[in-house]
Amino acid sequence: MRRAGCIEMMYPELEDKLVVTIMGACAQELYNLGHRDNFFYLQHAMGLASSIGLGLATHLPRERVIVLDGDGSVLMNLGTFATLARYRPKNLVHVVFDNGSLLSTGGFTSHTTSGITDIAAIARGAGIEHAVGVSDVTAFGEAFVDALDRDDLSVIVAKVEPVGPDHYGMDLQLPENAFRFKRWIAERRRATGAAS
Amino acid sequence: MTVSYDNSKIIFDGIKAAGITSISALPETWLGLLLQRAEDDPEISLIQVCKEEEAIGIAAGAYFAGTPHVLLMQNHGFFGAINGIVSLAQLYHVPLCMLVALRGHWGEPYPWHTRGGIVTESVLRALGIPFEYARRPDDVAKQIREAYTFSQSSLSPVALLLTRDLMED
Ligand SMILES: Cc1ncc(C[n+]2csc(CCOP(=O)(O)OP(=O)(O)O)c2C)c(N)n1
Repeated sequence: MRRAGCIEMMYPELEDKLVVTIMGACAQELYNLGHRDNFFYLQHAMGLASSIGLGLATHLPRERVIVLDGDGSVLMNLGTFATLARYRPKNLVHVVFDNGSLLSTGGFTSHTTSGITDIAAIARGAGIEHAVGVSDVTAFGEAFVDALDRDDLSVIVAKVEPVGPDHYGMDLQLPENAFRFKRWIAERRRATGAAS
Repeated sequence: MTVSYDNSKIIFDGIKAAGITSISALPETWLGLLLQRAEDDPEISLIQVCKEEEAIGIAAGAYFAGTPHVLLMQNHGFFGAINGIVSLAQLYHVPLCMLVALRGHWGEPYPWHTRGGIVTESVLRALGIPFEYARRPDDVAKQIREAYTFSQSSLSPVALLLTRDLMED
């Protein structure tokens, strides 16, 4: 299974959801499908994508938040699973694409390569009730649909091949991404009449 | 030496008076009474983190959501959050209003705090983070309000250093 295929499968659902990705390959694969202002690409600060997701989900209970994380990134912030478990935002889906690789920095193996480290088990051990590991496209699709249907925090750890996009580059400055993301949220709040 | 009950209340009231409704924090002695108040207050949303760098992400999420937020941590936690501050907040122009307990400074009896206390100001300067010292209970509410205002106008992290004079009786 490839991450790009998984993201493509998710893409129609992402139209009206807040999406936060990690850096590099993952960000590029989403961007290549067509940027939207409700997508935020965290092009550095490894580990914090799910923390941004928690901040968004907590303060915007009417929105759905989807985090697209990676094994290398989430291993830098394992405490995030415990924090997510404690506050349990019902509107957050945390997808970890486990390619066993630090792909965006040259493809060194990560600690999950050998299969010894099981990120879904870590998430469950941290207290996240709905944390599943999947390794084929059908199972991924089902897990994602289940997560969207479920009114609860969900973690999906998807085993994917260590392959990335064939080119890198975005026509989007980093602060511009942040400004437009914030504006998208503000305009939607205005449109839906949410109390501030 | 005890943590100041009165001044913890003054700081908490100052946070609320500044319009802040959301706090992320990692507990430490000087912040204990303050956090207790935050936990007991239904108007405040409090997220306790495992490590201070997480709070940088949470604060960014709160900012994008349009919710006024402050971060509470001690200076050693600030050190542990630096990549988040540089590579998320500063890189993307996301404001952070950080209230930082300045352990290991004038009057510090505990050796383990001292190295961190000695370098805190230089690290803030090196990162280009504007900071002020909060020493007097009469000033602190205004300092919190101004720190928040400045973080929002400059789209930058700012730090208000909570000193021993303020935090201990
Ligand atoms: C603090 C820090 N250390 C190292 C790097 C270098 N680096 C860039 S991408 C990356 C790997 C990311 O791995 P993962 O989250 O699994 O995503 P992938 O690139 O495999 O899609 C690393 C280590 C960095 N950006 N930041």
